[in-house]
Amino acid sequence: MSLEDLIQHTGEWLKSTGPQSHIVMSSRIRLARNLDKIPFPTRANRKDLAEVFKTIQSAITSSEYFKDSIFLKINEMDNLDRQFLIERHLMSHDHAASGEGKAIVISREEVLSIMINEEDHLRIQAMQSGFNLTETWKIVSMIDDLLSEKINYAFRSDWGYLTACPTNTGTGIRGSVMLHLPALVMTKQINKVLEAIAKLSFASRGFYGEGTQAIGNFFQISNQVSLGHSEEDILQNINGLVRQIIEQEEQARQALLVQNKAILEDKICRSLGILKNAHIISSQETVDLLSMVRLGIDSGIVKDVNTQSINELFIMIQPAHLQKIEGKKLGASERDAKRAALIRDKLGKA
Amino acid sequence: MQCDACGKKKATVHLTEIVDGQMTEMHICEDCAKERSVQMEQQFGLADLLAGLSDFGKQIKAEEKEKLQCPNCALGYDDFRKFGRLGCSECYTSFRSHLSALLKKIHGSAHHLGKTPLHFKEEVDTKPSGEILNDKEDPEQVLKNKLQQAILSEDFEQAAILRDEIRSFENKGEGA
Repeated sequence: MSLEDLIQHTGEWLKSTGPQSHIVMSSRIRLARNLDKIPFPTRANRKDLAEVFKTIQSAITSSEYFKDSIFLKINEMDNLDRQFLIERHLMSHDHAASGEGKAIVISREEVLSIMINEEDHLRIQAMQSGFNLTETWKIVSMIDDLLSEKINYAFRSDWGYLTACPTNTGTGIRGSVMLHLPALVMTKQINKVLEAIAKLSFASRGFYGEGTQAIGNFFQISNQVSLGHSEEDILQNINGLVRQIIEQEEQARQALLVQNKAILEDKICRSLGILKNAHIISSQETVDLLSMVRLGIDSGIVKDVNTQSINELFIMIQPAHLQKIEGKKLGASERDAKRAALIRDKLGKA
Repeated sequence: MQCDACGKKKATVHLTEIVDGQMTEMHICEDCAKERSVQMEQQFGLADLLAGLSDFGKQIKAEEKEKLQCPNCALGYDDFRKFGRLGCSECYTSFRSHLSALLKKIHGSAHHLGKTPLHFKEEVDTKPSGEILNDKEDPEQVLKNKLQQAILSEDFEQAAILRDEIRSFENKGEGA
């Protein structure tokens, strides 16, 4: 499989097939791992980085599991391709910078991605549709076991897996759940919810990753603590918190439908109208409108569009995706036109 | 009272922090407080902030800090404090006591629970290099070593448990 194959479809995690997909877009878990004694990537020399790359590459390629995976060296990719993988949530911003021994492995269906020589030697990530950390954990832990057969991990019984940043030490786990919370935003309860999340030592981020604004009413909830609790406990804590947020969002949606039905219907139908008819549209406007339509589908107001199409559009309307689909570089205004055309095509057919 | 950070000026800013039930007090002068808040503005990452905090509540002699260096990757403890990233897995042994306090501050605990790599061999990885002991022959020595480690990592709860276990061992010995 090659990178070009990815353009033809979107990841399994966008399919809206998982539990609670009306509110939860996706569940993701990443594990940070390092090789024992070899300096971490920020401290390593070229020789170290090449050795890490070789060790991990041989562990991956010798495994049947990765038979159909894509294996790419960052230095051999152009900027557009790197941006494309960031937009797909398969790669971090930091990993996109050139560097010796840096690589990414992506499994079929994009359930799994492995970054080699990022901040840690290994970052293993698994993603699933909907609210499903349990299944995601099974996948990522299985891959972790598989690799630990071939790789001598940096580990101590007292402090667990040793990572470059002490905020990841211990389990090296970060579980994240991407929530769509338009009703909590519209009823102005979201700040209260976010405050509570922060107080409980969980982090919230935007749809497009670390340091991004919560656009499109998407909020990513993840654990901060990685040491002193087992992986299962950490994930259970996230689950408990997410369940409560889902409940609150459901109540807020219900309240909006009962108390402000006409206003809600108007807002949602106008959003869909613009998306279906616009010929020039910015990504910011698109994301805001898609968010309304996504709410409209769950509320029964929009019937001729499905959640999967909307989920996929959140990814496909980004700059690198538009340019990969078009097969050439596009300026900002060309992208706004291409974006509008893509949306019309996708929603018209739905 | 003198400043805990520079040790020169009079401390006028007093901070109390409670982590994991343990209270740490810090007294610093106005200049050091300002410097720290400027640092906080410049560095945005959580890890960076925490690295700056790692010596709070502790008196470390300047010369001792300068000397502290990881023999495996040559990262100095000062570099870690600046950048918030460790250099290699051996840094965890080299900066052990400082990191123990820091890990507790970040995670509320400095004791791993959870997965262990499939083929992990405890004897090889947990002991400080150069120390050769045969644990299987002397269970009391095992406990004593663990106690030493717990004290080094300032895990006093664990240390208390181990101390009691050692005592019960010794009592058994006396009774026999």
